[in-house]
Amino acid sequence: MVGIRNYIGVSALENVRTSIEKAKEFQAYNVFISLNEERALERARLVDSGEIQGRLAGVPFVVKDNFLTIGGATTAASNILKNFNSPLQATAVEKLEAEGAICIGKTNLDAFAHGGSTENSIYGPTLNAVDKSRVAGGSSGGSAVATALGIVPFALGTDTGGSIRQPASFNGVVGIKPTYGSVSRFGVIAMASSTDTIGCFTNNVSDAEIVMDIIMGRDKNDMTTLPNFFDVEQKPSQRKIGMIKEFMQNIDDDVRLRVEQYADELRSAGHTVEYVDMPILKYALAMYYIIVPAEISSNLARYDGIRFGSRVNETTLEGVYGKSRDNGLTVENKRRIMIGSYVLSSGFFDAYYLKAQKARTLLINDFDSLFKTYDALLGPVSPTPAFKLGENSKDPIKMYMADILTVPASLCGLPAISVPGGTSKEGLPVGIQLIGQRCKDAQILAIARSVQEKNNG
Amino acid sequence: MTAMASTLSNDEILHLAKLSNIELTKGEVSLLKHDLSAILSYINSLSELDTEGIEPTYQVTGLKNVFRDDALERDSLERDVLLDLAPDSEDNQIKVPKVL
Repeated sequence: MVGIRNYIGVSALENVRTSIEKAKEFQAYNVFISLNEERALERARLVDSGEIQGRLAGVPFVVKDNFLTIGGATTAASNILKNFNSPLQATAVEKLEAEGAICIGKTNLDAFAHGGSTENSIYGPTLNAVDKSRVAGGSSGGSAVATALGIVPFALGTDTGGSIRQPASFNGVVGIKPTYGSVSRFGVIAMASSTDTIGCFTNNVSDAEIVMDIIMGRDKNDMTTLPNFFDVEQKPSQRKIGMIKEFMQNIDDDVRLRVEQYADELRSAGHTVEYVDMPILKYALAMYYIIVPAEISSNLARYDGIRFGSRVNETTLEGVYGKSRDNGLTVENKRRIMIGSYVLSSGFFDAYYLKAQKARTLLINDFDSLFKTYDALLGPVSPTPAFKLGENSKDPIKMYMADILTVPASLCGLPAISVPGGTSKEGLPVGIQLIGQRCKDAQILAIARSVQEKNNG
Repeated sequence: MTAMASTLSNDEILHLAKLSNIELTKGEVSLLKHDLSAILSYINSLSELDTEGIEPTYQVTGLKNVFRDDALERDSLERDVLLDLAPDSEDNQIKVPKVL
């Protein structure tokens, strides 16, 4: 599969035209919410004439449609923002453009990034890149499939509880959720402020290193950002890796086999792998589905049809709020907002929200104590390969369970990646998850690169 | 509402919808009653975990009191650009139905 280097030093106009052609050729996958041909072609001409330069000059990419971009709508796959034209652009997109990269379009997602399959979009589901009868995963499904189909060499997504790692796993590409606070979220539609992160999809580990190096760093417009600590580990060191026992239970046999095989590949690349225990992990999903809906209920309060977005005209203000939100949000959005309202309401706050935030401290402590002995932790990304379209959409709990292995790193702000680990018997991609220590993003990428290099000979 | 209830009533669903500023259709009330009850019973499992004497974690960066320089920002957006985003405006103000 093509990487970033194939797009560098050649005609930007040719690159952009080819990507747009591919986007149209693969229309059946429903990857895009919108294409921005005009602006992309104009920027390509500026690259070719030398007016725009940089490390990614002329490299096309796509972004999930919850990143604000100039030219065209930013919808979050929702009715309420269907016609929202942003007057500003996300910092991550600005940084890539400053290096000459060219955004060709906006990709499909679960509305407001609430979901694990990209089925919860007002534009319909994105189809899996390997098997069209299956889901793309989510919520950054469109970005994952765009990368897997080779429409672009990289794509941006957001990961709040697994929304980059799980679709990366389902489509056989590399996906990274970096350390919380490492990439500015300015200009990205907020979901859960204490776990929202921005990362990328690529077809190999080195490309992920290039993109993360560009987008990381402090931003005066996002006070939660850390100074750029990213430093590519050129020659991967031999590391001690813990394989989490609890992650290897209640998963498909095929998935277990692929993770065990990856552990062997790590060993032959010179790393040490041994089993570790982390019993508290069985509570992580419950913590997540208290904390995240609570933050969602607060962040989504702004979509009320008053200052921006679509409004349903009613005679009273309450009517405008109620009807605009009823019409503008999906059922899954409402489910999460209402769970949030419940766990934050007086009388329940201590039993749910405060309890979950205390449990989160215990989870962080247990990770930290494992990191005293181990450099990184290993497990699958998802208990199963991509499921069938419609299989889980009637049962929210079953859908939430797909996040069970990705939410722990999110709650603790740890960097985690999904790397392709071969396929199941049915030929479906299986992703391997490596979780690192806070700010050690480069280390887990280097571990994955050491295996990739060995496999490629 | 009863504490740690795992089955919600129609009234509780409507109350939560009101707290959330969302009007629900009739079909959604019964759907959400079923779903939210199931989600609550799942998250109730957290009560098994002993968190006595543990401090809560609200954020994970360790950053505290990050201030910007006390200087005027000159790269902000024009008023008209922002007003154009509103569904309805008049005389440089966003228009809403009568409140009082």
